[in-house]
Amino acid sequence: MSDARSTRVARGSRLSRGQRANLHGYLLSAPSYLTITLVILIPFCAVVVFAFAEFRLIDVSQMSLGTIDWSLANMSGALQSGRFWSALGTTAAYAVFTTIGVIVGGVTVALAMRKPFRGQHVVRALFLVPYVLPVIAAATIWRTMLNPQYGIVNAFGTSVLGWEAPIAFLTTRSAELGSLSIPVALTMVILFEIWKSAPFTFLFVTARLQNVPAELEDAAAIDGANARQRLTHIVLPQLRTVVMVLVLLRFIWSFQNFNDIYLLTQGAGGTEVMAVQVFKQLTVRADVGSAAAYGLCMTAILAVFGIAWALTNRRKEAL
Amino acid sequence: MSAVREPTSIRALRATIIIIAMVLTCGPVLYGLLLSLRPFAAALNDPLSIVPSPDEISFDAYVQAMRSTADGGYGLGGFLLNSLILAAGTVLASVLASILGAYATARIRFSGRSVGNTIIVAVYMFPGIVLAVPLFVLLSRAGLTSSLVGLVIVYVALTVPVSLYMLRNYFIALPASIEDAAMIDGCSLLGVIWRIVLPIALPGIAATAMYIFMIAWNEYLYALLFLVQARDLWTAPLGIAQLTEFDTPVTILLAGSIVVTIPVVLLFVLAQRLLISGLATGAEK
Repeated sequence: MSDARSTRVARGSRLSRGQRANLHGYLLSAPSYLTITLVILIPFCAVVVFAFAEFRLIDVSQMSLGTIDWSLANMSGALQSGRFWSALGTTAAYAVFTTIGVIVGGVTVALAMRKPFRGQHVVRALFLVPYVLPVIAAATIWRTMLNPQYGIVNAFGTSVLGWEAPIAFLTTRSAELGSLSIPVALTMVILFEIWKSAPFTFLFVTARLQNVPAELEDAAAIDGANARQRLTHIVLPQLRTVVMVLVLLRFIWSFQNFNDIYLLTQGAGGTEVMAVQVFKQLTVRADVGSAAAYGLCMTAILAVFGIAWALTNRRKEAL
Repeated sequence: MSAVREPTSIRALRATIIIIAMVLTCGPVLYGLLLSLRPFAAALNDPLSIVPSPDEISFDAYVQAMRSTADGGYGLGGFLLNSLILAAGTVLASVLASILGAYATARIRFSGRSVGNTIIVAVYMFPGIVLAVPLFVLLSRAGLTSSLVGLVIVYVALTVPVSLYMLRNYFIALPASIEDAAMIDGCSLLGVIWRIVLPIALPGIAATAMYIFMIAWNEYLYALLFLVQARDLWTAPLGIAQLTEFDTPVTILLAGSIVVTIPVVLLFVLAQRLLISGLATGAEK
């Protein structure tokens, strides 16, 4: 018995500390990486194959890597289609404007909420309502508000503001306002996303603001800095890092957003972003190859953006 | 907080911003809630009077929305049940699939760890819509469309990266000294994870579970792709979105939207309690 035990100890100690750490690490992380491989990495490889292969839906069952007819048709088809480029433009506009709106809105409200006041906790919790609200509920409420027949926005516009006719906000592509042409439906989905996601920014910026030492501001005030100077020279620089992270996250999430846009407009009125295009290529046109090509281009753009962001940040930190 | 006293103009500006933000964030939700309590005809006739008169208030829309189609309702009760099964299954599968891996990448210094972490962040940022293409094709071939099992597989793909990322951050934040002490006392690695790490990390795990639940509860694209043919299996978001197509009275849709919101709010309140109690037990020891 004691012999058996000592052999086990001896065998155990044959592995060095590092080797044992490796073994433990691999064993413990195996389930996670197996899952990632099965449900994300292999499907993603399939996207690459679909995008670069002569491919029909019925071929899937007997497909093997040897029998694939590699082809650039899907990719060149995507890159030559007007739909692709207009979707890319819409997506870029959507992602850029929602990101700006979400950051400006979140930071503004977080700054306004800095000084403690009675009921602050309740107000803070209520600000999070749009973020917590399920997308389907948010979209249903907005569709109701913007409805031309019984929506409150049009009711208010026609009876109080004197609009000549109700506006179909979610299906109108563009409207003239003076000499300006405004993309109506696109503006609505952008406003919706800002409304839904600014609370997220607010939450993060508030957390960061609570760590800004008050002494810095007090010292600056004693030195004669006015409120605006304290804001631009003391408070805002402290927010730089958190804002940078939020810009990255928001841009990536907005760029790939499907649910929020599709639930509001189903891609009508010039709101066909890349994600909606992928969906339509897949379902309406049943064109798997082209859907894969669109998706792959989306991924490539995001990857380039992510890498560029990482490089700029590293350089700034090195300075 | 700074002791500097601000000029009145700035305090007025702050107050104005807070009030406007309050109206903008809560106004629409309040509007939806009030409208769901009114008869459809009243909402149509007088869209500007938002507050229902006391004799106008009715919960008919809620009853009708929840009732099964066989009873002349819109079947939302069944859809909610599907969503609940789906979200619970996703939470369980996703947390189980990521808990050990998250611990390993947070604590154990094994070679290849940083590559693993990079993969986690990369898949976390990966656009979910892109996976719709292969998952649609592969699951159709496997005969797993029109099934909740197939959808759980997809939802695990969507949530495992988030789960890994969040859990890893929680594990990193735990004090490693207790684990080291238990190791020295002869506790095995799995024993340490089971007896020490998981109990302490429970609030973090609860928060992760809640977040995953919200993702699964909110999901719409994959439900639409896989379940649109099988009305019995519709999730709550899919059900409401589909009913929108069929000229369903807006009060029904709004009632449905409010009901869909309730589990999320409930979960928030419950998880908050769990978070606080978890922190309190951690502090006693």
